[in-house]
Amino acid sequence: MKNLLELEHVTMQFGGVVAVNDLSMHVDENEIVALIGPNGAGKTTAFNCITGVYEPSNGKISYDGKCIIANHPSGKMAKLYAGKEHEMYLGGKVLAPTPDEITKLGIARTFQNIRLFKSMNVFDNVLTAMHVRAKANLFSSVFRLSWKEEKEMRDATEKLLKEQNLWEMRAEEATSLPYGLQRRLEIARALATRPKLLLLDEPAAGMNPQETQELASFIKEIKERYGLTVLMIEHHMDLVMNISDRIYVLDFGSLIAEGTPEEVQSNQRVIDAYLGVAENV
Amino acid sequence: MEKEKRNNLIMTFIAIALVYLVVFILELTLRPTSIVFTVLRKGAIYSLVAVSMNLLNGFTGLFSLGQAGFMLLGAYTYAILTIPTEVKQSDRVYRYYDAVINFDTGVFVALIAAGLVAAFFAFLIGLPVLRLKSDYLAIATLGFAEIIRAIFQWDVLGPLTNGANLLREFKDLSRITLPFSDIPFPPTLFVFIVAGVCILLVVLLINSSYGRAFKAIRDDEVAAEAMGINLFKHKEMSFVISSFFAGISGALLAMFQYTVQAQQFRTMLTYEILLIVVIGGIGSISGSCIASFLYIALSEWWLRGLDMGTFLGINAPELFRSGFRRLVFSVIIMIIVLFFSKGIMGDKEISFERMKHLFRKKRKAKGADA
Ligand SMILES: Nc1ncnc2c1ncn2[C@@H]1O[C@H](COP(=O)(O)OP(=O)(O)OP(=O)(O)O)[C@@H](O)[C@H]1O
Ligand SMILES: [Mg+2]
Repeated sequence: MKNLLELEHVTMQFGGVVAVNDLSMHVDENEIVALIGPNGAGKTTAFNCITGVYEPSNGKISYDGKCIIANHPSGKMAKLYAGKEHEMYLGGKVLAPTPDEITKLGIARTFQNIRLFKSMNVFDNVLTAMHVRAKANLFSSVFRLSWKEEKEMRDATEKLLKEQNLWEMRAEEATSLPYGLQRRLEIARALATRPKLLLLDEPAAGMNPQETQELASFIKEIKERYGLTVLMIEHHMDLVMNISDRIYVLDFGSLIAEGTPEEVQSNQRVIDAYLGVAENV
Repeated sequence: MEKEKRNNLIMTFIAIALVYLVVFILELTLRPTSIVFTVLRKGAIYSLVAVSMNLLNGFTGLFSLGQAGFMLLGAYTYAILTIPTEVKQSDRVYRYYDAVINFDTGVFVALIAAGLVAAFFAFLIGLPVLRLKSDYLAIATLGFAEIIRAIFQWDVLGPLTNGANLLREFKDLSRITLPFSDIPFPPTLFVFIVAGVCILLVVLLINSSYGRAFKAIRDDEVAAEAMGINLFKHKEMSFVISSFFAGISGALLAMFQYTVQAQQFRTMLTYEILLIVVIGGIGSISGSCIASFLYIALSEWWLRGLDMGTFLGINAPELFRSGFRRLVFSVIIMIIVLFFSKGIMGDKEISFERMKHLFRKKRKAKGADA
C-alpha cells in the first residue's frame, strides 16, 4: 500500500509550550486513520501543522512521496527549543507553504469549531469551494466567457449536495442548519475542493448517538465513492473503533501508542491516559 | 424558479433602461443649469465611488480609507491627459511651469488611464500591506491619501501637476461630443453611462467565482484559505479593482467640476463616502447607489432653504441662515445611523421579488383588517 501522508519528528512549540512533540506517523492510501487523545493533547495542532496554518518548529511532512513542509529550530526558537530530535533537520531546507497551497495539493479539512461561510446559503458554501479548481481567470470570469465552467461547477455542486442529502436545504442560510447538518455541509464543502486526503477534526462533536452512527456509514461511503483517504480526530470511541483501520494516540503532545483498534484498546498506557477517562465522561 | 429569475432580470433591465430614458428626456426638456442635473451627476459619481468602496469593505472585508487619494490620482491623470496640447504650451494653465506631458488623448483613453494609475498605486501599496495578517490597510491608505495630496502640490512636480494651481480647460462635461463628430453629448447621460457601466462590471465581478472568493474571505479568512483561496492574491485583486473604479470616479468628478485642485481631495471626502456606504448598507450595491443620490439630493438641494432663509415655505431668516443646513443634515444622518444600523438595504439588493413580497404582505394586512 502506498504511503500518502507522512510526518517525521514533527514538533510544534508555542513560546515555551510544546503542543506537539516529535510526532511521527503515516497514513496509507485508502485508509481511515484516527488520531485520539485527551483534551489539549495537541491533535488539532497536528492538523494545523499538516494544513499549513502553523509552521512546525521542527520536522518534515511529506505528501504523496514529496516533501511539502520542512523546518528546523532557528533564530529565537533555536535557544527556546524544548522538543526532541533537535539536530535531525538542522541546516536542512525550509518549506512553509500557505494553507491554500496545501489544499491545491489535494488535502482538505474540516474544523473542530465549525467554520462555514456565514453570509452564504448552503449551495454557495459548496460552490465557493469549487473556486480552487476553476481555471477561468478574472477577465473571463467577469465577462462570463467561462460560463461553461461556471455551469459545470454549479452542476457539480448540485450533485454533491444531492449525494449528501443537503439538496432540500440548498437555499437556507448555512448557519441556520441544525448542528449535525452543519458538520455534514462542512464535509461536503471540503469535498468540493476535490481532495485525495480528507482531515476531519471531531466530525461527531455535538451529535447524538444516532447521528454518530449515520456519520460512521457516511464517512465510509464517501471514502469509497471518492477514493479518499481519511485522517480524523474523534472523541466518540465507538465511532473510532468501528471505522478506523489504525489509530494513533497522543498525550501531552507525544505519541503514546499506535496500532489497530484492538491493539490500542488493550494498551495499558492508553487506558490510563485516555480511555479510562473517556468512559467516565 | 428559473423562469421567475429570468423575468426578474428582464424587469430589472427595463427599470434601468427607464432611468436612462428619463435622464435623457430631462436633458432635452429642463434648463441645463437646473439643480436636478447637479444632483444627478454628482449622485452618479458618488454612487460609483461608494460601490468601489463597498466592493472592498462590504464584499472583501478589507477596510481602506484611501478613496480620496485614488480619486485624486484619477482626476489629475484625466485632466493632465485631456488638456489640449496647445493649451499646455501656452501659459493659460501651466503659467509657472513648462508642461512635461506634451500630448493629449481622447476622453475614453484618459478615463481608462485614470483608473489604471489609481490601480497601479493600489497595487504598490497592497504588496507589503496585504501580506500582513492584521489589518493595516486602513492606516496605510489613510497615510497614502494625505501624502499624495501634499506631493501633488509640491513645486518640483509642477511641470506635471501645475503645483498648487488649478488644472482646467481639460475635456470637462461641456466638451463631450459624440465619437468622431462635433455633436455635443448630453453630459448627465454621459456620467450615467460611464458610472453605470463601471457599476455593472462590479456587479458582474461580485457574482462571479472570484466574487464568491472575496465573500468567503470576508466571512472567514481561515476557512477561505483552507478551501484553497489565496488570501493575498484575492485581497490584492479586490483592492486594485476597487481603486481602479475610484480613479475613474475621480476623473468623472474632475469633468463635473470643470477644474481640479489637489486641495479638495481631503480625508473628509473619504468619510463622506464611507458614510454613504454605511447608510446604504455594507454589502449592498443598490443600497450604495440609493444612498448616494439621497445624500447628494439632501445636502445640495432639498435642505438648501435652511441656509437661504426660506424652507418649506416658512420664512425665518434668523433661524434659516448659513450653517443651519449642516446641523439639520447631521441630525438626519445620526437618526439614520441610529435607527437603521444596518443601513437602508442591509446586505440585500433591491429587486422586484422583494417588492412583490412587500406589496403582498401589505395587501394581506389590509385583507385581515376588512
Ligand atoms: N496558537 C497557539 N498558541 C499557543 N498555544 C496553543 C496554540 N494552539 C494550541 N495551543 C496549545 O497547544 C495545546 C494543544 O492544543 P490542541 O488544540 O491541539 O489540543 P487538542 O488535542 O485538539 O484538544 P481538544 O480535544 O480539546 O480539541 C494546548 O495546550 C493549547 O493551549
Ligand atoms: Mg482539537
